[in-house]
Amino acid sequence: MAWNAPRRRLASRGVSVYPWVAAYSFRRHAAYPLGAFAEAITNTVFGFVRAWIVLALWDARPGLGGYTAADAVAFCFITQAMIGPVQIFGGLELTQRIRSGEVAVDLHRPVDLQGWWLADDLGRAAGTLALRGVPPMAAGLWAFDLTLPGPAGWAAFAAAMLLAVVTGFALRYLVALTAFWLHDDRGMQAVSLIMSMFFSGMVLPLVVFPGALGEIARMLPWAALIQMPADVFLGRCSGAELWSVYAFQAFWAAVLLAAGRALTAAARRRLVIHGG
Amino acid sequence: MRTYGLLAWTWLRAAAQYPASMLLLGLATAMVAALDLAGIALLFAHTPRIAGFTAEEVLFLYGTSAMSFAIADTLLGGTERLGEHVRRGTLDTMLVRPVSPLIQIAAEEFTPRRMAKLLPPAAVLAVVLPRLPVEWTPGRIAMVPVMLVSGVVIFAAIWVLTASVQFVVIEVHPATKSITYGGAFLTQYPMTLYAREFVRGMTFVIPLAFVNWQPGLYVLDRPDPLGLPEALRLASPAVAVLLSAVAATAWRAGLRHYRSTGS
Repeated sequence: MAWNAPRRRLASRGVSVYPWVAAYSFRRHAAYPLGAFAEAITNTVFGFVRAWIVLALWDARPGLGGYTAADAVAFCFITQAMIGPVQIFGGLELTQRIRSGEVAVDLHRPVDLQGWWLADDLGRAAGTLALRGVPPMAAGLWAFDLTLPGPAGWAAFAAAMLLAVVTGFALRYLVALTAFWLHDDRGMQAVSLIMSMFFSGMVLPLVVFPGALGEIARMLPWAALIQMPADVFLGRCSGAELWSVYAFQAFWAAVLLAAGRALTAAARRRLVIHGG
Repeated sequence: MRTYGLLAWTWLRAAAQYPASMLLLGLATAMVAALDLAGIALLFAHTPRIAGFTAEEVLFLYGTSAMSFAIADTLLGGTERLGEHVRRGTLDTMLVRPVSPLIQIAAEEFTPRRMAKLLPPAAVLAVVLPRLPVEWTPGRIAMVPVMLVSGVVIFAAIWVLTASVQFVVIEVHPATKSITYGGAFLTQYPMTLYAREFVRGMTFVIPLAFVNWQPGLYVLDRPDPLGLPEALRLASPAVAVLLSAVAATAWRAGLRHYRSTGS
């Protein structure tokens, strides 16, 4: 068990490597504010167009899905602000490392592969939120009448956001690992993009999905990424309802992370076969 | 033009080495393009009209915009990666070859997958055109292909223009996506949805209104909500030519400005 020695040494000093991974990832993703600001501009422009579209819909159907027009507009901007942190368009750096074979180095590290990348992703999400979250919200506030949470609402939203990032990571990690078997991950990536765009509420809030489609969409993991945190943001969940949202998000995060662990173990065996 | 075809064919053959992957990716690309369509369908599940426009009329706008964008994206969408070539220094390799770098970048990794984006708008137009409640005069019939071609040229010019900016500032690329992809998205809906100043900007600053909105008003026989002169409805081809000239000038200026990377 020589490969395990550094971990035990670190652990014996009470130092965990994960916070460092997260901190360096945060630094890396916060290092290019200009590029991030440019991304935020595009997120903001899309926010405006989406807001005008939903305003027209709520103008024709006031109170649709239990949202007021101000709720619907706030939904557009908060979800545009979440694109970066939740990385709803998919992708994980790990994919390129699997394709190039560099993942062998990752697997040799005396740390857990999934844990390492989760820490990395949390750092990324924090850095991206700081740089790309504020501009769309600020612009939306300046131009429209928005529903905003109070201090308690912001805290509730922060927790939902954290769970959304973890669930999102768990999904993207699964997609990334399929590269071990498929070699070309682009097909998987595209399928997961379609699912996450449509079923998360990015196209339109899930509250306007009619009948059974809406019910199914609300049970799928993608609802935990955008729709649920946005509902918390709009103050539509309080007390027991809030806890049921957290439980839903935590359930999917746990299930998907567990699936990721199982797949990691299988991939480890797969890589040995491949490495001959 | 011949070189573009030759290069595109080469990349196409390369992609065809993995037929299953190509087919799957093509299918997925078509579905991503159909997501916008799903959004429109969801809207009209709740209301017969949006900002005064019926489902057929909005689908007509979607079909023309998405069709024009898909063709322009297939032909020139690759120029988006100019900044990457500048950063990696691979643009230098392109410059020493006896083919225009614009053609090389545009044809790079040309795959039939990008053409799969054409499927949803083509299907929508085939269904919706005969159902539009308009009197099909020769002028209106002629306007449909004219607006599609003008739309392609306008989007293509926008691709080249936004790429040219990357000669000067690479980091600006993510923001230009608001004009390219954002333009493709916002032209799928009637401009009556948007604020008046915004529509004015989309008419006179970034002429996205000429992709399908102004000619669309002509085909659908509707008054301009901003009260702009009727002549603008027929101006799309002229705008397309003008914007192409601007884009060509910008590209040449950018290429002259380019001083390679490194120390």
